[in-house]
Formats: sequence, C-alpha cells, structure tokens
Amino acid sequence: MSEHSERTRPRYGGASRWRRAQWSAGMSERWQRVRHHPGAVAAMFLLPAGFGFVVFYLWPTIRALWMSFTDYNLLRGSGDWVGLQNYQDLVADPLFWHSMRVTALYVVLNIGVQTALALAMAVMMDRLTRSALVRGVLVLPWLIPQVVVGLLWLWMLDPRLGVVNHVLDWVGIGGQDFLGSPAQVIPTLAGVNTWRFVGYTALLIFAGLQMIPRHLYEAAALDGAGEWRTFWRVTLPLLRPVLALVLVLSVVGSFQVFDLVQVATGGIGGQPGGPANSSLVIYVYIFRHAFNFNNAGYAAAMSAVLAVLLAAVTFFIMRGLRGSRSDLA
Amino acid sequence: MTSTTSAPTGRQTAPRRPARRPRRPLRFRLSRIAAWAVLALLLAGTLLPFYWILRTAFSTNSALFTGDQSVLPPEPTWVNFRRVLGLASPEEVRAAGGSGAELQFWLYLRNSVVFATLVTVGQVACCAMAAYAFARLHWRGRDAVFYLFLSTLMVPPIFLLIPNFVLLSEVGLLDTFVGLVAPYFFMTPFMVFFLRQFFLGMSSELEDAARMDGAGHPRIFLRICVPVMAAPLSTAAILSYVSAWNEFMWPLVAGSDPSVRVLTVGLSAFRSGQPQAAPDWTGLMAATVLGALPVILLFLAMGRRIVDSIRFTGLK
Repeated sequence: MSEHSERTRPRYGGASRWRRAQWSAGMSERWQRVRHHPGAVAAMFLLPAGFGFVVFYLWPTIRALWMSFTDYNLLRGSGDWVGLQNYQDLVADPLFWHSMRVTALYVVLNIGVQTALALAMAVMMDRLTRSALVRGVLVLPWLIPQVVVGLLWLWMLDPRLGVVNHVLDWVGIGGQDFLGSPAQVIPTLAGVNTWRFVGYTALLIFAGLQMIPRHLYEAAALDGAGEWRTFWRVTLPLLRPVLALVLVLSVVGSFQVFDLVQVATGGIGGQPGGPANSSLVIYVYIFRHAFNFNNAGYAAAMSAVLAVLLAAVTFFIMRGLRGSRSDLA
Repeated sequence: MTSTTSAPTGRQTAPRRPARRPRRPLRFRLSRIAAWAVLALLLAGTLLPFYWILRTAFSTNSALFTGDQSVLPPEPTWVNFRRVLGLASPEEVRAAGGSGAELQFWLYLRNSVVFATLVTVGQVACCAMAAYAFARLHWRGRDAVFYLFLSTLMVPPIFLLIPNFVLLSEVGLLDTFVGLVAPYFFMTPFMVFFLRQFFLGMSSELEDAARMDGAGHPRIFLRICVPVMAAPLSTAAILSYVSAWNEFMWPLVAGSDPSVRVLTVGLSAFRSGQPQAAPDWTGLMAATVLGALPVILLFLAMGRRIVDSIRFTGLK
C-alpha cells in the first residue's frame, strides 16, 4: 500500500510535469509554471487563513508585547513607552499575587477532583458500556454556554431559595453561603466547573483507553492480577501520554476561567470577583484593568506573564509525564 | 474468507462459553452492579440541574418566593416563555413580577444566529483550505509554517483580546458584525490542526487519479477532498458553531451595542441589571432554556458525531 502510493504520487516533477506540459500546450508556458509551482499553489490555499493568522494572531501578539512596555490607555487609544515599569508594578502589586493565588487554588481543586473523577468514569464506561447515549448525556454540560452554566448554578446555589440549600437543610447539614462566602466561593466555582467538564474529560480519557490492546488485560488476568492491580500496573502506565494531554488541556483551560466567575460571583448587581475579591481570578483582574480601569498597558503585562506561566506549566506536565512518548509503541 | 475465519472461531467459542461462567463469581456481579449504580448516579447528577432549569422556567416567581421546592413546578405555566418571547400581555407580565422586556430575546437570538453562522462558514472554508495546503501539498517550509500556526494555541485569548479590540476600534468596526466575526472568521489554530489530521489520513489514490486526468489543485480540493471529507467537515462545522454560540468574552467587549449583542452577553447582563429588586429567576431560566435550545437540538440531531469527534481533539 505505502509502496504503491509512494510510486504514484507525483512530486511536481518528472512524469506528471511532463504530461501536464503536453496537455496544456495551448497555455503560456510561464503561466503554467507559476500556476503549478508548489509554493504558489500553497500560498493560494493559505491566503485566507494566513490573512487571519497575521492580522488577528501574529500582529496582536507583537502588539500586546509592545503595549506591555507602555502606559497604553484604551480611551486615549495610545500609550507612551515606560520600559519595565508595568512589570515592576506587577511584582509590587498585592492584588496581582492575590489573584494568582486564587487562580492556583481554583486550578488545583478543579483539576484534582475533575481528573480523578473523569478517570474513574472512563474506566467504568470502558468496562460497562459503549453506549453513545451515556456518553452523550455526560458531555451535555460541556455544550451549554458557560454563561448559562453560571446562571443556572447561581440560582441553584442561592442561599435562601436555592434547591441545594433546601436539600442540605433536609439532610440536616444546614444551609451554606456558597458563592456569597469568601471561604466557599472558590471551591464552589471549582465544583461547578468540574460539573461542566468532567464528562468531556472522561470521554477524552475513554478514547485513550480504547487504544490499549485488549490482550494486555487478558494477559494480566491470566497472571492472576485483580481489577485494582491491573488498573495500576497496566491501564495507568499505558494511559500516561493521554493523561498528559488531558492534563495540559484542562489545566491551561482552568487557568483561564472567566465567563463563570464574571457571571456567577459578586451576587446580584455586585462586582464580579467578589465577595471582597475572594474570587478575583487572574482573567477577571486583567479584564478589570483593561476595560474598567483603562490600564491596558498594565493588563498586557499581566497577560504576558500569564502566557509565559502557561507555557511553562505545559512544558513541565509534558516532561513530568513523558507525555510525548508512549509505552505502547 | 468466510471459511477460514468462521471455522476456528466456532471451534473456540463452543468449549469456552460454559467454561467461563463459573469464573465469574457473585462478587464480580455485585461489583458490576455497584459500578452501574455509580454510573447512574453520575448521569443523574449531570441531568438534574437541567431538569431544575425546566422546573423553574415553568414556575411562577411568586411560587418560587414561598420557598416551595416540590419536584414538579408548583403552578405550571407557560407565561415565562411567552414573556421572554414578547407574546404575553402587559397584565400578565406585571402579574408575573417582571417584564423580561429588557432582555430583547428575539434580537439577541438573531444576533447569535448571525454571529455563529458567519463564524462557522468562514472558519470551516478557510481552515479546510489551509489544512489542504498543510496536508496534501508539498512545499518548502510547510512544517515550519504549520508549527507557527499551531504555536498560537499557546497564546491565551486575553492576551489577544486587548490588541484586537484596539485594532477594531482603529478601523471603526467595533459594534458591527464584521468586527465581531473577523477574528474567528479566517482561522483558529485548533480548527486548522483538527482538519489537517483528517486531510493527512485521506487516501491519495483518488487525488492521483484526478491529477492524471489533468485536474488542478483547486479542482482536486473542491471535487475530491470536500466530498470525501464531508463527514469531518460537518463535524468541524458543528464544533465551531457550538463554540461560537457559547463565546462570551470577545462579544462582551466588541459587541456591547444592543444591535449586535449576542445571547450570552444579553443573559449575563440580567444579573447586573437589577441591583435591588428580587431577581426574575423564572424569566431568566425560561430565557436560558430558549438560549440553550439551538445547541441542544443540534446535539440531539448530531450527538454521535460530536461525541465521536472528541477523541480527535487532542489524542492524535
């Protein structure tokens, strides 16, 4: 198969070039060369996406970096070079460090619970059912807008009228403040996000489980290994590259939580990030500086630090779990 | 083929079946039942909040404020949906304890549909072309350019949010559909990556045959690749539609004007819109149901395709 396709795939030279030249004898030779030059053809196909890439990804990246060294103001629409001032301010800004700590706590709680639960769900599904209905139901919260998820839980967790407190009262635990309590707001948000993403994460892991050859399980069973032992000795090691990818996707995503906090915190009519900045995650803080305080330069500096941090996190997860290498190969 | 394979399997299964049964003891069956119970619990936990949205949407505000938490709505009513859709009479609206008029549902719905549709059409077309160039063409520097595209996956959206906002305000496209759609229209790194995976896996035989017949690349792309890739392309379209529909941060800053405000932004304004008054939960939940409905309908129609696509999002 591979030999066959290698042989018949013309690489813009030799026989096919000759044949094409024969057929298109009527056309100008020069136009033909341009039209069929591999670089020219590729450029034509890449034109729209390349335009979007340069205008909305590459250029803004450079520009944001430049902005981070200025006192850019969105109302004025301009900024003056201030050198490293923004970065010095950032190091000295207690709220920046506070928001980093809040975000880190959120990420740890969210990813810890979510990954463990998703792994358990994936293994169970692998053993019990292949049903598309089950998978569909589990992935449903992932499809709903984060804004809707936030409003839904804001209502269900309402301290006075929410159904969750009603159930807690009934069980005898007593009502909680949840999103209104400085101590509970981050764990609550982490829980809500886990509700939204755990099914999706489980499906990613489930897809990875499908790639583990069945005969390895049979061999383990023949050797007398139980479920528990098989999981730790066979499933988990072979799942490592998949887990690394899932962790990268979910950690990086979790660091960037915004919609949920913006919608569900601060109570009705309050400032997002509340109560008293206890849910001021980094995205909300950056957003506040850029669009409420008109410190776009400072906001750009903070996003640059965040970008470097996320790249570092990705690197360490991939390295720590040797994510780019599989034991199956 | 049939004679060679069916004979040994028949031989294998016949003696194995009875031998296997005694090896599954009661403990095994119990743990299986327990696992099913846990899974059922998780499914219920996933679905119950959705039920609670519906239950609230069919209740009246006055019933909610008495603290009634019965499983079925206390006084089932359609008034909230009619209110959100602007079909209710003023008396009904006043009686229900909120107008729901500040949420201009039809307008925001139209805006969401326009936004998501334009994004999907542009993104799938442009990214499919790019994927073709990255997967089926051979040119110098191809992999370097691809990894440059891919590297923008690592740039957090908020880093691009501020300069893109500035760019649009400079060219005067804030609060227009063109400006709202533009950053998503041409490409997202994910979509290029996603489609390239499929184009890489395409067999080259049809392509070679077409080239033998003298077809140029535009024709090969349109007449061969697009039809062959119809399934992945429609999956890509669903994914980009859903994510455009759910988009919040960009429309919040670039499309705050009511004429282009999308549903997510409109719904979020509800919360900050009424500082003192008791919130109109039933109206909001009715709007939420209607706002999530298109995505849920899409899901019911194409659920399997979305579920199957998830394995391609990162694992290859």
